[in-house]
Amino acid sequence: MKQEFTITVYTENQVGLLNRIAIIFSRRKINIESLNVSPSEAEGIHRFTIVISEYEEVVHKLCRQIEKQVEVLKAYYNTNDEVVWQELALYKVPTEVIAEKVKVERLLREFGARAVAIRKDYTVFETTGHREEIEKLIKALEPYGLIEFVRSARVAIIKTSTGFHEKLKEFDEEQPGEVLVENEFLNKQDEVFTM
Amino acid sequence: METLEITNKTVALLPEPISISGSQAVLEAFVAEGVKTIFGYPGGAIMPIYDALYDYHDQLEHILVRHEQGAIHAAQGYARSSGKVGVVFATSGPGATNLVTGLADAMIDSTPVVCVTGQVFAHLLGTDAFQEIDVINITSPVTKWNYQVTDATEIPHILAKAFYIARTGRPGPVLIDITKNAQLQKIEYTGYKPCEHIRSYRPKPIIRKEFIQEAAKLINEAKKPFVLFGQGIILGEAEKEFKAFIEKGGLPAAWTVLGLSALPTDHPLNVGMLGMHGNYGPNVLTNDCDVMIAIGMRFDDRVTGRLDKYAKQAKVIHLDIDPAEIGKNVKVTVPVWGDCKETLPLLTKLIDKKDHTEWLQTFHEYTQKEIDAVIHNELNPTSAIMTMGEVIKELNTLTKGDAIIVTDVGQHQMVACRYAKFNQSKSNITSGGLGTMGFGLPAAIGAKMGAPERTVVEVVGDGGFQMTIQELGTIMQYKTDVKIIILNNQFLGMVRQWQELFNDKRYSFVDIQSPDFVQVAKGYGIAGKSIKDRKDLKGALQEMLEHTGSFLLEVFVGKENNVFPMVPQGCSVSEIRLK
Repeated sequence: MKQEFTITVYTENQVGLLNRIAIIFSRRKINIESLNVSPSEAEGIHRFTIVISEYEEVVHKLCRQIEKQVEVLKAYYNTNDEVVWQELALYKVPTEVIAEKVKVERLLREFGARAVAIRKDYTVFETTGHREEIEKLIKALEPYGLIEFVRSARVAIIKTSTGFHEKLKEFDEEQPGEVLVENEFLNKQDEVFTM
Repeated sequence: METLEITNKTVALLPEPISISGSQAVLEAFVAEGVKTIFGYPGGAIMPIYDALYDYHDQLEHILVRHEQGAIHAAQGYARSSGKVGVVFATSGPGATNLVTGLADAMIDSTPVVCVTGQVFAHLLGTDAFQEIDVINITSPVTKWNYQVTDATEIPHILAKAFYIARTGRPGPVLIDITKNAQLQKIEYTGYKPCEHIRSYRPKPIIRKEFIQEAAKLINEAKKPFVLFGQGIILGEAEKEFKAFIEKGGLPAAWTVLGLSALPTDHPLNVGMLGMHGNYGPNVLTNDCDVMIAIGMRFDDRVTGRLDKYAKQAKVIHLDIDPAEIGKNVKVTVPVWGDCKETLPLLTKLIDKKDHTEWLQTFHEYTQKEIDAVIHNELNPTSAIMTMGEVIKELNTLTKGDAIIVTDVGQHQMVACRYAKFNQSKSNITSGGLGTMGFGLPAAIGAKMGAPERTVVEVVGDGGFQMTIQELGTIMQYKTDVKIIILNNQFLGMVRQWQELFNDKRYSFVDIQSPDFVQVAKGYGIAGKSIKDRKDLKGALQEMLEHTGSFLLEVFVGKENNVFPMVPQGCSVSEIRLK
């Protein structure tokens, strides 16, 4: 069954790498639903967070192909249960509506929105959360004249990850150490050898 | 920038830095990397490099091709026959875009090539300047790595990185795009430092012994083990290790088109060719073996046919240096990730000495059936008109299997692969993955330059030959000793065969006219001959091989001959047709 996967890619900071990663998806005609590129916990290392909806088998192969790129250090994929994630959204609404209609105020409170800019003519609110939560607020605001709306890509933290610092030390070593050489099947020995 | 860090041991440092141009730095890198031959074509944006090249003529030989596609295919042929990195120069814009087919070909066939393209001045990037093209983005899907240099100080280590990436791990093409200002810029040069490590790039892993043990256990328990081998053996230079492995285990071994010549054709355990036009036994018995050992091959769809009916009964051991290939197409029971030069000896040590005589006999029975139904008639035809197979057979007799055979793409390619005999590795050069018509002639030129002591014979069709026929000019200019056999069936034969078999003989645009090839060759000062009769075949081949210098031999063969056996598309390999 196709399901949502969050792919986390640790890379060097290199011009053109975004394209190299993107074409691994586009050549298979897979739509990237969300993409975020940011610095990571390790200095000089960038972190891509990519969300797609696919079969696990396909995601697995995609990650192997991403890792083949010379400037990619590591690619992980996780189901939604395995990550903590957030998206950020900004909503611009007419201030007069906010001021006058109590209902709106209550809505904003229910959704945990914060006002980040208040002007005479408009107010900008911000929420963070999962896609559904963000979308509920849009629905709720629509009747009151939502002027503008924008949502960020997903950022996600892998629950079981211990960070990239230790791994990076291994990558820096000239000769690969034992830990660095990950055989993807290693932790699945039981499955692999049960025939 | 992080990626540019190169840790070095062997450093050819100069006592004092000297001032040289970016262009000179490129050529210094080539010399330091042991490059002898460059295939290229000059143009505006690469002129500073060509100007510098003028002073390097005693160290670097430059082969002026007739089209950039010819340059890169020649570099591929050079790399495949010599085992070294092929090197290409091209200018910006059209020069660079003309490389794309060859890059794609080298990418899919894992050929180590370094291309250096000129680019417009850095300040003109993105302005649609004359002959400006975004070559980095165009070539991203077809290069193992590419990089644009705008500052000459980067050139020494970027070139070092390019060679390192091209030849290590699973080899592949690398493109370095250098803007004109960087080519002209003076730098303080301190010597060339070869690249030995890139932290985000691991060419090969440390071998996991537990997987070797599991694999050996499976092989030792197997009643019907079957080895499939590909170009990985040749690229890993593991021919000896491979032979020791199959000989100890008594393992029948079949090859992919690119694996051909890794094991001598006449070796008793060589059971033939895999895939769509492969041999009968290897295809049928794929669905009968109990343990399949795939080495340095990638289960291309032309090898596997219908995947859901492919070797479902077998436990699969896959040895490959590229982890992305393991489990990509065929589900693997035991993955052995690593360089086969290292993994094979470990495996050989653990396997029992055996000879699967009965199992091998099964292969021979199928071979006999194939001889009766197909091979005998192809090699000893009774019809007046010649077959492609008999030309190859006659060639085998004369070259004794010692020649390098370069093929193009199509029917002649399949026939050559099926029937050509090889005694040594790196002898079969063809476009396997991409199936690039026009590959043959330039690749043969490069192959000869990569292995000047060997006889190089190009076998080509009348269609493919016309795609890169301009490279006859290169042969003329450099007096390259390439023997060319055109198997002329006056059709685009492979497509015609499919149209006959699957499209009710609706021959849609496969009827190709050809010039008088011998006259064309003559125009280029190349000797030639055209024959139609069987009685002339042996003599003509002999004349060709004995001729000093290049020779073009056109052989008219049956117009509507088909290549069999054949696994029709969408069928399982065991449904292979003999007619």
